Amino acid sequence: MSYEIVTRPHEQNFVDWSKDKPEVLVLTGDLTNSCEVGKWRDTYPDRYFSMGMAEQNMISMAAGLAREGFEPWLHTFSVFLYRRPLDQLQMSVAYPALKVRLVGFLPGIMTPGGVTHQSIEDIAIFRAIPNMTIFETGDATEVESVLDVVHAVEGPVYIRMLRGEVSRIFPTDEPFVFNQARVLSLGSDITLITCGVSTEEALRAIPLLQERGVSITHLHISTLKPFTDPQVVTALKSAKYGVITMENHSIIGGLGSAVAEVMAENGVSAPLQRIGLKDTYAHGASQKYLMAEYELDAGALVKRVEKALGRSLNIAESELQEQRSVSVHSSAKVEGL
Amino acid sequence: MIENASGPIDEIERVASGIRRRVLAHTLSNNGGYLSQACSAAELLASLYAGILKLSPVGQPIDAPLFLGVPSVGPDLYQTGAKFHGEKGPDYDRLISSPAHYALVIYAALIEIGRLREDGLDHFNKDGSTVEMIGGEHSPGFETTTGSLAQALSQGGGIALARKIRKENGRTWVFMSDGEFQEGQTYEALQAAAFHQLSNLKAIVDVNGSQSDGLMTSIMNIEPLPARVEAFGWEVSVVDGHDIQAILNAAARTTTKPHMILCYTDPVRGLPILAERAPLLHYVRFKSKEEHARYEIAYQEMVK
Repeated sequence: MSYEIVTRPHEQNFVDWSKDKPEVLVLTGDLTNSCEVGKWRDTYPDRYFSMGMAEQNMISMAAGLAREGFEPWLHTFSVFLYRRPLDQLQMSVAYPALKVRLVGFLPGIMTPGGVTHQSIEDIAIFRAIPNMTIFETGDATEVESVLDVVHAVEGPVYIRMLRGEVSRIFPTDEPFVFNQARVLSLGSDITLITCGVSTEEALRAIPLLQERGVSITHLHISTLKPFTDPQVVTALKSAKYGVITMENHSIIGGLGSAVAEVMAENGVSAPLQRIGLKDTYAHGASQKYLMAEYELDAGALVKRVEKALGRSLNIAESELQEQRSVSVHSSAKVEGL
Repeated sequence: MIENASGPIDEIERVASGIRRRVLAHTLSNNGGYLSQACSAAELLASLYAGILKLSPVGQPIDAPLFLGVPSVGPDLYQTGAKFHGEKGPDYDRLISSPAHYALVIYAALIEIGRLREDGLDHFNKDGSTVEMIGGEHSPGFETTTGSLAQALSQGGGIALARKIRKENGRTWVFMSDGEFQEGQTYEALQAAAFHQLSNLKAIVDVNGSQSDGLMTSIMNIEPLPARVEAFGWEVSVVDGHDIQAILNAAARTTTKPHMILCYTDPVRGLPILAERAPLLHYVRFKSKEEHARYEIAYQEMVK
């Protein structure tokens, strides 16, 4: 069984969603079709504003529009939303807590564009900015259902967005819920916390780990700030052998750091292993290649579980390759956690 | 359309003199201040506030509020300094001031036109006050965060775009300093305003040729500024920034493009003694009692 692959999930969905929301505007930085808003532009030409390759101005102009009651949704690659225009982001948008929506595509190492296009520290930077809310989508259902959640946030929001061919992991009747983790499995040996595309990658290894008798609690995180879902603390406390985080981001400042903070503040003393880029930049290559090279993949997760347990599980790489997908527990069925 | 444009130049001159006098008095009593900015921009700001801008009235001069929190505390506690510009409305103008270090000069202007209470400057740079040294968006006369320079033209561009979408008649004015033409964002903002045909966006610039490190021509040249701005698709007016009639005439122009008035100014105008400090005019702190005493004499001359 494999997941349904949804092609360009944002494209039509965002057009339909925007229909009855005249306050919603789209601003782009010369990456309109790359961010799946070409159809949106053609459908609502009066609400679409091309800002060209000039992100500093785009961010500050969005602030002016938001002050006047509009809700600008900026569409560009993640890196271009915070690296060059960080001062504009902070002073024009974040400080006055304006309803500006930063829709960032190609998060982490999902682009062969190399270091200039890979936002490997965006979560770290956005987490440090007061008033920001941060979401990360992990499948097509989240890409589709994050829009309502974003729309309801009074302040600025950054979204790590997926595009192109995106797996549908979560049922369409289980939409994105603000600050609520999805509980994908329950167990007592290891607590695994993942976000974004790392969740799908982890799900390749989990059935094999479970077959070897490893009992795993697995949480998928889609709200990275705030990070106050009590299910996280409960899950962290249940881990007998250790906690593992897995993210498409640097191990500094992202999900792994957020989990470490929660563990420390709650006196959870289990060993923590953070899977992510180990304080390094990457380079231009395919996502699959980079995930293997930087130990962000299912194989890396198996090694970390073995380390936590202190024994080998004899899982061959070929088994992982076969395991492209699995059935997923519904979070609705495990509300008790 | 411009309610006060025919208003007496005498009143604008009075406001301009008041700005210089108040800023000098404050600089003397605090042993420091942004003095040259008052000298260069007095006529510019007086013309804006007393002649050009169509703002709704505020009734009695408003007391400078205490600082109650950053914007995220919510509207019950937080207000921007735009309340000194009166209620917003589709037919009213807006003023976004970009060089936040001109705050002292702007506060003085607001007192002179009866929008800020006369004792407002007593709170300047005092703990817990909104009358901050570098204007915040809660400070009288400000409504956006502009202390990191060159963001206001983009912010004002966004406001102007929103008002264009809503088909409002009021104009959005951005007051700028010339140093901001060293920042790249200014040129992004110029090209975007021209591209989106924001004819309701007006910028007025204090081109005093002076920055923190000294004469701009020796730090980083921005000239020929009129040709640069025109090349980006703006209508440009070049005026003597101390000639009130010229400023009013430029402001009365209606254009199909965004419009910038470049006010070439003298950073020691009205206070010749300040020329002794040239080219370092950005912030004046008296070096000796003797120097302080000579500025005291200059002040007495000014109020005679």
